[in-house]
Amino acid sequence: MAQNSKVLLQINHMRKCFDDVEVIKDISLSVREGEVVSVIGPSGSGKSTLLRCATMLETMDAGELIYLDENAAWEENGKCVYASKAKLREIHKNFGLVFQNFNLFPHYSVMKNIIDAPVIVEGISKKEAKERAEKLLAQLGLSDKADAYPYQLSGGQQQRVSIARALALQPKILFFDEPTSALDPELTGEVLKVIRELAKEHMTMIIVTHEMQFARELSDRIIFMEQGVIQAEGTPDEIFSSSNQRVREFIGKFQS
Amino acid sequence: MSTTVMLAQLLKGMVVTAEIFFLTLIFSLPLGLFISFGRMSKNSIVKGISKIYISIMRGTPLMLQLIVVYFAPFYVFGLKISNYRFPAIIIAFALNYAAYFAEIYRAGIESIPVGQYEAARVLGYNKVQTFCRIILPQVIKRILPPVTNETITLVKDTSLAFVLAHAEMFTMAKQIAAKETSIVPLMVAGVFYYLFNLIVAWGMERLEKAMNYYR
Ligand SMILES: Nc1ncnc2c1ncn2[C@@H]1O[C@H](COP(=O)(O)OP(=O)(O)OP(=O)(O)O)[C@@H](O)[C@H]1O
Ligand SMILES: [Mg+2]
Repeated sequence: MAQNSKVLLQINHMRKCFDDVEVIKDISLSVREGEVVSVIGPSGSGKSTLLRCATMLETMDAGELIYLDENAAWEENGKCVYASKAKLREIHKNFGLVFQNFNLFPHYSVMKNIIDAPVIVEGISKKEAKERAEKLLAQLGLSDKADAYPYQLSGGQQQRVSIARALALQPKILFFDEPTSALDPELTGEVLKVIRELAKEHMTMIIVTHEMQFARELSDRIIFMEQGVIQAEGTPDEIFSSSNQRVREFIGKFQS
Repeated sequence: MSTTVMLAQLLKGMVVTAEIFFLTLIFSLPLGLFISFGRMSKNSIVKGISKIYISIMRGTPLMLQLIVVYFAPFYVFGLKISNYRFPAIIIAFALNYAAYFAEIYRAGIESIPVGQYEAARVLGYNKVQTFCRIILPQVIKRILPPVTNETITLVKDTSLAFVLAHAEMFTMAKQIAAKETSIVPLMVAGVFYYLFNLIVAWGMERLEKAMNYYR
């Protein structure tokens, strides 16, 4: 699918070091509109770091980062330089990120969590933001929670609110970093269901996950990372029947 | 001296005490925030200066600081400032309390999880928006208990203004007590301080309760 749709995100030769240890080693990746890409791999392989560099929570040390043909970062004289603040602010609007531990704003109600950024950052009217939020809450099955505060919600509900918060800014790409890892198994399902529905609506998503079955059924493409490199990449069928020893071992661990 | 006259004079002193109290808070609360920014600055010079400032303000007696602030303009700079006594008291108190508040703010700000900053950043908030909308409200809730402590201490510390012989309540009480050779004025002053603090504590408790709508 999506072979001909436009490229939303292009990463070229990304490198990232933490105190002389190279955590991302020359990773290139492109994501097209409507694609769902899962990133799997052992702990410490650099999955979160890849996401954090792509969302500019971390600055990369080398490489290029391009959103919809707009350069966010590129190399000049062997150094990685980022676009101007104003430009980056524009580029930021293209993506959202859902965190493992939600990071909702505890002093804001669910509604305020969702409408604050659209009003403050995007500058739309409060009324419009509220309408948008109400739709999202209904879609995510949270209509009765609009006035609740995060501490009053279960983990699964909190994560759904954080997804709604990200969606309220109408991003073109949504990143997820282990969205269900902080949840009890019985709450995992409700979050996965929401992500599945987003996939049906052709939301472009890049999902770091340890939920192998979920990645298999949902993804257009799976990326297997190990020690800062993409060891294998392909359709779920290709990855799950891979002859690559590392991939087989890793997936084997989840199929017992 | 009749009891009514004594009470009237003490109450007058009480008004001055309240003035010192409120003016100190008005100046030291924001000033403390700026000092805490300095203390957390990435610039090592700014950070160093803030650290030394806090250390001196907390490490020397407030009474001494009052005297220094009052006399320094004349003895160090040869300046004669008219009506400087009351401003000197407010300056000394504000500078001193700002140092304590700075450390309270710093502890509060550093206790906010980094995920809050990251969430705000990904949502597109700029630095000022992040601090004012997301961080500061949570900081205020967390620092209310230590701020309450400092505020209660401040009520009692206002009595230190007696070293500059300013007519706040303690100075008045001492004068009347000496004149009348009676301990009653001092005890009445004690009751007034206590009542003042009861009100302060009540107010702060209400504030804390008002912040309890979230955890
Ligand atoms: N801020 C940091 N400072 C120093 N080292 C870091 C930092 N963040 C990550 N690392 C290191 O980089 C490596 C990759 O970490 P990363 O969090 O990207 O792995 P991951 O694939 O997401 O692992 P997990 O599945 O456990 O979440 C690890 O060795 C980690 O210790
Ligand atoms: Mg991770």
